[in-house]
Amino acid sequence: MNGSNTLMKKRKRPLDTVLLAAVYISASLSVILLLGIIGYVFVKGIGTVNWKFLTSVTSALNQTAGIAGNLVNTLYIIVITLLIATPLGVGSAIYLNEYAKPGRIVSIIEFTTETLSGIPSIIFGLFGMVFFGESLGLGYSLLTGSFTLTIMVLPLITRNTQEALRTVPDSYRSGALGMGSTKWHMIRTILLPSSMSGIVTGIILALGRIVGESAALLFTAGSDYKLPRFGSDFAANVERLFTKTTESGGTLTIELYLQMQKGQYETAFGIGCVLVVIVLILNLLTKLAAKKLRPV
Amino acid sequence: MKSQTHAFVKESTIVGSRKNKAVVETAAQIIFTICAFFAVLAVVSITLYMIISGTPAIFQVGLKEILFGTVWKPTAAEPQYGILYVILTSIVGTGLAILIGVPIGVLSAVFLAEVAPKKLAMIVKPAVELLAGIPSVVYGLLGIYLLNPFMYKIELALFEGSKTHQFTGGANLLSAVIVLAIMILPTVINISETSIRAVHPSIKAASLALGASHIQTIFKSILPAAKSGIITAVVLGVGRAIGEAMAITLVSGSSVNLPLPFNSVRFLTTAIVSEMGYSSGTHRQVLFTIGLVLFVFIMIINVALSKILKKGGSADERQ
Repeated sequence: MNGSNTLMKKRKRPLDTVLLAAVYISASLSVILLLGIIGYVFVKGIGTVNWKFLTSVTSALNQTAGIAGNLVNTLYIIVITLLIATPLGVGSAIYLNEYAKPGRIVSIIEFTTETLSGIPSIIFGLFGMVFFGESLGLGYSLLTGSFTLTIMVLPLITRNTQEALRTVPDSYRSGALGMGSTKWHMIRTILLPSSMSGIVTGIILALGRIVGESAALLFTAGSDYKLPRFGSDFAANVERLFTKTTESGGTLTIELYLQMQKGQYETAFGIGCVLVVIVLILNLLTKLAAKKLRPV
Repeated sequence: MKSQTHAFVKESTIVGSRKNKAVVETAAQIIFTICAFFAVLAVVSITLYMIISGTPAIFQVGLKEILFGTVWKPTAAEPQYGILYVILTSIVGTGLAILIGVPIGVLSAVFLAEVAPKKLAMIVKPAVELLAGIPSVVYGLLGIYLLNPFMYKIELALFEGSKTHQFTGGANLLSAVIVLAIMILPTVINISETSIRAVHPSIKAASLALGASHIQTIFKSILPAAKSGIITAVVLGVGRAIGEAMAITLVSGSSVNLPLPFNSVRFLTTAIVSEMGYSSGTHRQVLFTIGLVLFVFIMIINVALSKILKKGGSADERQ
């Protein structure tokens, strides 16, 4: 009787049911919270976002609320940071993977790269403020902010490039070298093109980090929200474009923070919505880069 | 004469280009080496600068007065710079966020890796990854807009008629803990899920063959086998929570207090963010000391993490 019971019927384990319920509850809680956050910010902010919001500057005089200046600042910081961080990060990955012999030096470099990626952004902010801002005399400027973020996103690019280089088969290397190519030529024409998807992924991830960063920028890039003022003289305009980098400028996230500090939730949610959309697009781009650029 | 020209031409093409090649090769190697040492340089200079700017205050005010003082009045006529409550807030806040976030995160990872149908997991996982990219100020915005009013209602109900409680308008430790717990979820879920999936299928098969149910297998065989990955997730979560600044600056309140759930508190990070702007003199230097304390915490976490990863790595090799 007992035997047939256990064979034919599944034994009831109350603990199993409880645990399974816990798994389901946790998972649905995570999903609801996470999707809820994105959905809420999007719905709450989309009403504020329109062409005027994106192309004008907040001004009490004209009674406008806009983020054009912050968009420009964000763009500046993205471009400068990536221009410096990409060659540095890729170069570092090439050294670690292609030149260095495994040993102490490599493990030190890898440990410091790991450490860099674990340092919180507020520490980068303090360091950037004291080192670039005060010691090098750059003050609150887009350059100070960009230099600070360069150190911050460096590990992302290094690590992704390194992973991509590791997946390039050794036969590619020996094939190229065997045909008489020099090492640099081999790296330039064989390795870098075949690890392009990893490099691009690293760059997009770095871009996401830059767009979302705030603590490291508050005390380095400052919070100015005005647009660069252009005149009709071309040469002066070009110069203006460059002098802008030595001036203070707040990114989207900084403006969001300042707006919510002031209790201007409408504008804050508008910026939040823009940020969420950017993050979404970057996420799609990462997926695309991984798919399209994968070596055949 | 003719042979001389010949030799000259030869030298400028083949030999010369080989020389050029050698120069380019060496240059490339040197440049890549410099790139690689940039990370070392950055970490060394950050460490140096944190120590250089964090220590003067210790000599001026005294180590004991700063680390173990409980009164934070940096702008008073007779300023006091005790940051004990600030340190405690960061430890307690991070601990509570981990206590809430890690179980939910690990169980969600179990769901994704073991319980959910493949199609559902394929929808949920990208959503989780997406959340890792949401800027921290956005979390802060939701915290201040949704969580704080809610907390204020609870606070009003709990402390109705209390004469000793300072009302905070909902900006308290508990709000910050909830925001932090949500923020570490993506990290914990992603890393735990990866480590659960990396558990060798033979372990699961053996457990099921011995008659254990699926749930028993998950909790008694798979999770213990994925232990090192889950510990990594917890340590990374701690790092993210203790270093988070902008999301909780406005959510956690604006005065230094003992870290009790309904007290307005300041974390190590939020003290820096909210006071650096207007501080000067010793006050500013003490803020750098707070930065140094945070940096020491982070370094401890980093070293612990690399120890765990090394140990986990060697354990994998043994299998």
